[in-house]
Amino acid sequence: MTEQIICRDLTLGYEGVPVAENLNFTVCQGDYLCILGENGSGKSTLIKAILGLKQGMSGTLEWSGGIRRGEVGYLPQQTMVQRDFPASVREIVLSGCLAGCGHRPFFSKAQKQLAADNMERLGIAALADRCYRDLSGGQQQRVLLARALCATKKILLLDEPVTGLDPKAQTELYDLIASLNKQGTTIIMVSHDPGAALAYATHILLMGDRGQLFCGTAEDYKKHMGGDLYAGD
Amino acid sequence: MQGIEKLGEYFEYPFVRYAFLVGLLIALCSSLLGVTLVLKRFSFIGDGLSHAAFGGLALASSLPVMVKELFTAAANGGEMSPGAAKLADALSNINDMVIVLPFTLICAVLLLRTGQNTKIKGDAAVAMLSVGALAIGYLLMNRFPSASNISGDVCSTLFGSTSILTLKKEDVAVCVVMSLVVIGLYVFFYNRLFSVTFDESFTRAIGMDADKYNLLIAVVTAFIIVIAMELVGSLLISALIIFPALSAMRVFRSFKSVIICSGVISVICAALGMTISLLASTPVGATIVAADLCMFLIFSVIGKMKNT
Ligand SMILES: Nc1ncnc2c1ncn2[C@@H]1O[C@H](COP(=O)(O)OP(=O)(O)O)[C@@H](O)[C@H]1O
Ligand SMILES: [Mg+2]
Repeated sequence: MTEQIICRDLTLGYEGVPVAENLNFTVCQGDYLCILGENGSGKSTLIKAILGLKQGMSGTLEWSGGIRRGEVGYLPQQTMVQRDFPASVREIVLSGCLAGCGHRPFFSKAQKQLAADNMERLGIAALADRCYRDLSGGQQQRVLLARALCATKKILLLDEPVTGLDPKAQTELYDLIASLNKQGTTIIMVSHDPGAALAYATHILLMGDRGQLFCGTAEDYKKHMGGDLYAGD
Repeated sequence: MQGIEKLGEYFEYPFVRYAFLVGLLIALCSSLLGVTLVLKRFSFIGDGLSHAAFGGLALASSLPVMVKELFTAAANGGEMSPGAAKLADALSNINDMVIVLPFTLICAVLLLRTGQNTKIKGDAAVAMLSVGALAIGYLLMNRFPSASNISGDVCSTLFGSTSILTLKKEDVAVCVVMSLVVIGLYVFFYNRLFSVTFDESFTRAIGMDADKYNLLIAVVTAFIIVIAMELVGSLLISALIIFPALSAMRVFRSFKSVIICSGVISVICAALGMTISLLASTPVGATIVAADLCMFLIFSVIGKMKNT
C-alpha cells in the first residue's frame, strides 16, 4: 500500500475563522475515500486544500508516492458560469491534457488520441462535436470526468459529482467511478449520500460542524454508526 | 455607383489605406480578446480600463502645461528656470503613449486585483476607479488645457477623432506591430486561455498558474484599449470588445467557432463602419459601433430561429 496523501492535524478556514479543525487521514493508492458531511462542513474546502488551491491554517498535508504537482484529475462542484459556456465536448476533454503540454502551445497527436480514448471509455465519443451546454446533466459530468482522466489516471478528486442527476444517471456515474477505481485509480469523492458511499467506498471521512467525526474503513463506519447511517447528514 | 467611384478615389490616398489597415487590425484584436473577457466575466476590466485610459491621455496632454504653470508660479511671476523650461518642452515632445500605456497597465493590474476580491465589493470598486479617472482626467484637461478648444478635445478623446485619418507612418507601424503581437500571443496561448476561461479551478488543480494568465489577459486588454482609443475613442471601446463576442455566441456553439466568427464579424463591421463614415462623413467610432449593434441584432434573430 503506497501512501499518496497524508494529512495531520490540518485546520482549514477563511480569514482566520476555522471551518474544519484537526483533520487526520491517510489516502493510499487504490483507495476509494468518500467524504460525507452536511452543507457548509468544509468538504469542498478540504478538496481545495488537497489540490493545493487553499492553504491550511495549521497542520500538514503531504503528497507522497511519486505524484507530481498537477498530476491529479479534478471534477469541481459545478458553477453557473460553466453551464452556458460555448464549448464543444472535444474542446473541454482536450483541455485536461494541458498539464502534459509543457511549453508547447498545441496538443500533440498522442494527446488527441488520449482524449478520444477517454471519451470512448466514458461513452461520450458520439457527443464529441456537441455543445457542452446542450447536454444533459449526466452527460456533462461524464465530459468533466473524461477531462479529469486526461490529466491523470493516478488519482481523481470529485466534488459532489452526482448532484442534480436523476437516479438512473446517478447509478451509472457511480458505477463508472467504481470501475475506474477497480482499474487502480485512487478516488476521493465528496457525497451527500451515505448509502451510495457505503456501497462503493472503501474508506469514509465524516465531517461535522467543527471537524472530522469519523475516519476509517467503510466496515468500521457501519459499526461506528450502528444502524443510523444517516446520522451525519 | 457614384459611391464606389468615390471610394476608389479615397483609396488612392495612402492615409486612407493606413486608416483601414489600422482599423481592421484593432477590430480583430479587440474581438479576439472580447470572447475571453465576456466569458470570464471580465468585461468590467475592458470598461474600467477605457475610462482609465482617458484619464491617462488627459494626464499626458496636460502634464507639460501643468509643469510650466507650476514652475512659473514657483518663480514668483518671473521667468522660469531654463531647466524647468526644458523639462516642460521634453514632456510636450514625447509621444503620449509613453505616459498613457504604463498608466493603463497599472490600472489593469489594479482592476484585476479589486475585481477578483470578494471581500470588498469588487464591482463597486471598479466603478469608483473608472469614474474617478474620468473625473480627474476632465479636471486636468480643463485646468491645464493644451489646446484652446477643450470641449472638442474631450469629445474626440471620448468618442474617437478623425485622427485615424491623420496617422503618421510611425503610428501605423506601432499599431501594426502591437496588433501582431496580440494576435501572436492569443494563438500561442489559445489552449491555456480556453482552459482558464472555462474552468479556472480545474486549471489550477492540474498545476497551471492561472494568475499568470489572468494577468496576461489584463495586460493585453490594456494594450488593445490604448491602441483602440485612436479609432473609436475611450467611451466606445467596450462596444468594440463586447459586441462581436456576444453576436458570435448567439449562433455558434464551440469555442473555436465563436472566436473565429467574432473576429470575422468585427473586421466586417469595422470595414463597413469606416466605409460609411468616409462616404457619409459620419464619426468613425460611432458608425463602427452602430454596425456592430446591427450585426448583433441580426445574429440574435438567427440564433432565435436556429433554436426553434
Ligand atoms: N471563499 C470563501 N470565503 C469565505 N468563506 C467561505 C468561502 N468558501 C466557503 N466558505 C465557508 O466555509 C464553509 C465551508 O464551505 P464548503 O467547504 O463549501 O462546504 P461544503 O462543501 O461542505 O458544503 C462554509 O461555512 C462557507 O460559508
Ligand atoms: Mg461543497
